[in-house]
Amino acid sequence: MNMESIAPVRPDTNFESTVYHLKTGGSGTILEINNLRLWYGQAQALHNVQMTVEKGLVTALIGPSGCGKSTLLRCINRMNDLVDGLKIDGEIRLNSEDIYDKGADVIALRKRMGMVFQKPNPFPMSIYENVIYPLKVDGVNDKTFLAETCERALRGAALWNEVKDRLDQSALGMSGGQQQRLCIARAIAADPEVLLMDEPCSALDPIATAKVEDLINELAGQYTVVIVTHNMQQAARVSDNTAFMYLGRLIEYGDTEVIFQTPKSGKTQDYVTGRFG
Amino acid sequence: MGSLEQNPPLYSASEPHGNRSIGAELSTLSGRLAVMGGLAEAQLAAVVEALATRDSEAAAKVIAGDEAVDDLETEVNSRAMRLLTLHAPVAADLREIVGALKISANVERIGDYAANVAKRCVIVNEYPQVPAASGVIELGHLVRQYVQNTFDAYAERDIAKAEAVWRGDADIDALHTSVFQNLMSDMLVESDHVLACTHLLFAIKNFERIGDHATNIAETIQFLVAGTRMAEKRPKRAATDPPADAYNVLGGHP
Repeated sequence: MNMESIAPVRPDTNFESTVYHLKTGGSGTILEINNLRLWYGQAQALHNVQMTVEKGLVTALIGPSGCGKSTLLRCINRMNDLVDGLKIDGEIRLNSEDIYDKGADVIALRKRMGMVFQKPNPFPMSIYENVIYPLKVDGVNDKTFLAETCERALRGAALWNEVKDRLDQSALGMSGGQQQRLCIARAIAADPEVLLMDEPCSALDPIATAKVEDLINELAGQYTVVIVTHNMQQAARVSDNTAFMYLGRLIEYGDTEVIFQTPKSGKTQDYVTGRFG
Repeated sequence: MGSLEQNPPLYSASEPHGNRSIGAELSTLSGRLAVMGGLAEAQLAAVVEALATRDSEAAAKVIAGDEAVDDLETEVNSRAMRLLTLHAPVAADLREIVGALKISANVERIGDYAANVAKRCVIVNEYPQVPAASGVIELGHLVRQYVQNTFDAYAERDIAKAEAVWRGDADIDALHTSVFQNLMSDMLVESDHVLACTHLLFAIKNFERIGDHATNIAETIQFLVAGTRMAEKRPKRAATDPPADAYNVLGGHP
């Protein structure tokens, strides 16, 4: 990154520093975000975000619209790179490697991180082709291996029993909830180190939402999940740690139970109880 | 990089509320619980007065008045259930509601004990006054003050006051032990006093239990306000506590 072009860190008198009470998973840290600052043109969207993500745990990012939670998520797999006028400063390390390093291979990086979006985005091809797509792109041709991976990923996404008899049918014929679980299956087929989810349930009905939440619980441990959600009850249900962001700042980050029972910051308290936002 | 955006203004908690009704419903809930506490406290004050003045009619009113405390408990519980169901509350809101459920159960028991003492009072009044009764009344006054401080701490959300109440329970226990000994001694000396003193023994036990419930309320206030527990174990075995054989006035095994 071009450090010269970015203003020095200014003392930030309007906000207290982040309150931390992180719950550890015992498997160490997979992501490390150090003093991350980001600007869209002149507007600063992230202010000195400092956090680590525990391996194998589910981490939720919450906060009112425009707080920077999706921006932060998109920084983690460098999806923001193509945004015009974007400037970024600080570092993000995935298993100690700086992902913004000049020599970093962005395509390789994204293979290490599965991403699930707000709206299910299956490709216009069969269920089977959807799931194995990331492997096909990688040049894998071994039919047995592909079939095994497909089954494993669909089982992992709690979808196998529903679709095993129609793997050759178009994914576009599935229900919205099934499509979203298919996207999760596609994401885990490549065996990523981190699963990033950007409001994965906001387009789903309550039943489909419950299935995806169950799935997130099952994936935890095996995968590290970072999820952005507008639904605070969802954050409370699925995550181990919760990061509360407000106006581009990380206000409080730690054990989800503490965030929703005895938050340490008054701002967190006011947000989770619906006093603003 | 050019000028950064100005530090944005802090939000204000008085901004239009995302969830307007929960605030109003919560203040109604704590208001009704405060009314319930006030009623139980009035019941307790009335029964102490009935003991002091040997007024069976006043005691009968306390017995009849317990139903109103029970009704308020039902109301507080259903308001709390409604809040839990409709608002899925978290953080301080959740603690406020769970706290109200716990406190209302304690207040209901305080009301029951006040009514129990009133029943004893009606019976005791059929016998001549015993000298040890003054100690019973003194204990009643102490417990009433203690309960009043507890409800003040709840109304003011005052942790320091709650903690003072919590520590003060040792005084009640000490006075209870001393009155117990006086009643036993009285019975040993005057066999005519045995019937009245036996009923008064139950009365002081009820007062002592009221103190325990007030202590529980003090602990809940701490949880409700700060989300923490009292820093240490309750000073149950303090210097003021009776020795293990304090209740054994005969000197042998009880």
